[in-house]
Amino acid sequence: MTETKTIEASTALDAWVREIIEWHFNPDSGCPFWLNWAQQAGWDPRQHVQGFADLTRFPHFEDDWLRGGPVRRWVPKAYAERPTFVFETGGTTGIPKSRVAQEDFRIDYELFSETLPEEFFPTGSDWLMLGPSGPRRLRLAVEHLAQYRGGGICFCVDLDPRWVIKLIKKGWMEHLKAYQDHVIDQALTVLSAGHDIKCMFATPKLLEALASRLEENGSSLKEAGITGIFAGGTEFTPQWNRFAHEELLDGIYMTPTYGNTLMGLAASPPSGPEKGYKITYHAPQPRAVLQVVNFDDAEQVVGYGETGRVMLTTLTKEFFVPRFLERDEGEREPPCEQYPWDGVSGVRPFSQLGSATTVGVY
Amino acid sequence: MIHFPILRWGQPYTSLETTQVHHFITGEPVAEVSQANPGMVARDLRKGSERAREALREIPCVDLLAMVKKGGELFKSAELPLGDGTQTPDDFVRQQSATTGLPEHMCRMNMGKLEYVLSHLDQVLRSLTRRLDYDILTRGFGEEDGVMRSYQATTPVVGMVLPSNSPGVHSLWLPIIPLQIGLVLKPGPQEPWTPWRMAQAFFEAGIPREAIALYPGLGEVGAAVLNNTARSLIFGGTATVEHYAASPGVQVHGPGFSKILIGEDQVDNWEQYVDVMVDSVLTNSGRGCINCSGIWAPRHTREIAEALAKRLGPIAPLPPEDPEAALAAFTVPGQAAAISADIDNALKEPGVVEVTAQYQEGGRLVSRERCDYIRPTVVHCASPEAAMAKKEYMYPFVAVVECPQDQMIKKIGTTLVATGLTKDPAFTRALLDARNIDRLNIGPVPTVKLNWLQPHEGNIVDFLFRPRAFQQG
Repeated sequence: MTETKTIEASTALDAWVREIIEWHFNPDSGCPFWLNWAQQAGWDPRQHVQGFADLTRFPHFEDDWLRGGPVRRWVPKAYAERPTFVFETGGTTGIPKSRVAQEDFRIDYELFSETLPEEFFPTGSDWLMLGPSGPRRLRLAVEHLAQYRGGGICFCVDLDPRWVIKLIKKGWMEHLKAYQDHVIDQALTVLSAGHDIKCMFATPKLLEALASRLEENGSSLKEAGITGIFAGGTEFTPQWNRFAHEELLDGIYMTPTYGNTLMGLAASPPSGPEKGYKITYHAPQPRAVLQVVNFDDAEQVVGYGETGRVMLTTLTKEFFVPRFLERDEGEREPPCEQYPWDGVSGVRPFSQLGSATTVGVY
Repeated sequence: MIHFPILRWGQPYTSLETTQVHHFITGEPVAEVSQANPGMVARDLRKGSERAREALREIPCVDLLAMVKKGGELFKSAELPLGDGTQTPDDFVRQQSATTGLPEHMCRMNMGKLEYVLSHLDQVLRSLTRRLDYDILTRGFGEEDGVMRSYQATTPVVGMVLPSNSPGVHSLWLPIIPLQIGLVLKPGPQEPWTPWRMAQAFFEAGIPREAIALYPGLGEVGAAVLNNTARSLIFGGTATVEHYAASPGVQVHGPGFSKILIGEDQVDNWEQYVDVMVDSVLTNSGRGCINCSGIWAPRHTREIAEALAKRLGPIAPLPPEDPEAALAAFTVPGQAAAISADIDNALKEPGVVEVTAQYQEGGRLVSRERCDYIRPTVVHCASPEAAMAKKEYMYPFVAVVECPQDQMIKKIGTTLVATGLTKDPAFTRALLDARNIDRLNIGPVPTVKLNWLQPHEGNIVDFLFRPRAFQQG
């Protein structure tokens, strides 16, 4: 059954790749960046790319291309009149990387919504978003998710990750603790204010801090009314997943996710005790594809169960990102019934980048 | 393979995340260590700290003292639980040497040191408490010689972020359990052996399991230990010391910059003191904060440096099981090369000379396939202003510094142990008054020779109990 589905998914992906390439490299619909790129490259992707495998003709996307303006060079000509958002990533120092978006974040989160069990994420219930807003995509996306799921209202508590990184780099740990307390104070206030909050987004660190504070106050996430949690972050390890299930959640459903501004949201099949708390992410194919490639030769996909660097390809009509080497590594996982295409487990910071990246800051 | 679980108030917990510790010569994995997560530490400490102290308070201090003394004997001589099996004292020595790079005879010496401290803990505590009736600590108040005395514990448990380099430092936390305060230990990455074995010895001797927690992990686990205990000890480098300098709840143990200071009155007799100097520099492969890294004298410094170089320079790496092995290996890749490069850089300063170089064909850095050694290094500094005069490294290194006696105290900087070779009452008085010196020896006492009845970098009893007023109507 899975094998048939895998073949179907692969066929669908190839068709989608042709459609996306046609869109981005057609002078009537493509964005200035890619049209200009094709002109300089001296070959027409519309002629040479007939399926996903042909994307190897592209170089690895460099996220530095996203730094600075004009950001309109990324807006497809066919969508030039649409309201456009810009979402940022990085930016603690220097110019952040920017990604333009119009409907993608809504589509991505609507697709993700289909993976959420109604029992734990009841339609119409209110949400708490405990994470970064500001120039990030997350707040608008989670808010849309709540609204999409039966008109839920999303209450938001902001956390500024750039400030958190500065506090860590300066070694101002007391300030860091005070800032975390400030965020958790606000979350407690929202949870105690008589709303109908049943669902929430949080990063593992904030979820842990919130659960801890509730426990100190003689309460719990469950007693606060939470039934479903959508969480994400690189520090989402199997051990933390187990700790949360066994000691913080008390039967609350939690679904780990993997995503960033460049892609949609990679969801995970259930990752509780029955799976040994192993977390496997599958990209929202065909809109995005995750591959695990050899550390020394990114042209080679590693075998199932083997470790490599995560490589992302984003294929939407708003944004084309071929073969971007993420700052993460993990193990390649085979397709499953729910997601008949490859996945990645054990996601963690790319070890060869050393300590240059500050991860898990919120 | 040996597996170290986490101990959550004495209860083993196998983590889904593990790291391996490797043999420093063969590269073979020696043990697998379960890794804690910071949230677990925070939650356990919130829920179990008071219970840890309560469990200990149910046992009189004198009984706890007897138990830890028994624990010391077990630590030194018994076969104790480890992983799925057991560990003999010989296993312990071999295993600790394999992952820390310390020669086996030094591991055995440190083992004996810990047992010695535990066997004399009653005297140690009598000294540190100034013969206070232990029941006063348990009850919180009591009369002594007709005077009401009250002491309040500043914390139910003490957090400990422990190092990998020198197993002898574990002696610092041994007096804590008999004071009815619980232990939260975060072992050094290469040295899970001592905290585990000591905890097992204590359990076998009757110490309640819920009084001891052990959380192996990375830096953020150490941070969680510090953040969730009102009193803690941390071991680290200068950066760690500076980071926690303003934290009254954290007792920091960093580089010692321990020194021998030779007075005007004794410097012409310097040859009498060469053995004291050699012992101070070389013992325990120079890894401890109490090892001497500076010998300061008003004259004869070149001759002193030459004499030390003649004794220390020829010392070369030997296999860890060799009873004559005097050097520990550097097991962290790149660490020895970085130290050696730092020395090369400091040697560029005028007036700074490496005196041991003549005895070390091939240089001070000895690189092996999976580890490195640095051979003992004696440098001569013609002036106390040289950057080299303030260096300390984790191996037998000493700078012999020429400095007039009247400038010595001002120029030496912070010094954990100072041995003053002088009989001059004025210089002795000046050394006694010097606030930049912690432990002071007057006369030919090696800096590494500790009197356990005396406080080390602050009195642990004063750190854990605050005296206060108490009246009963």
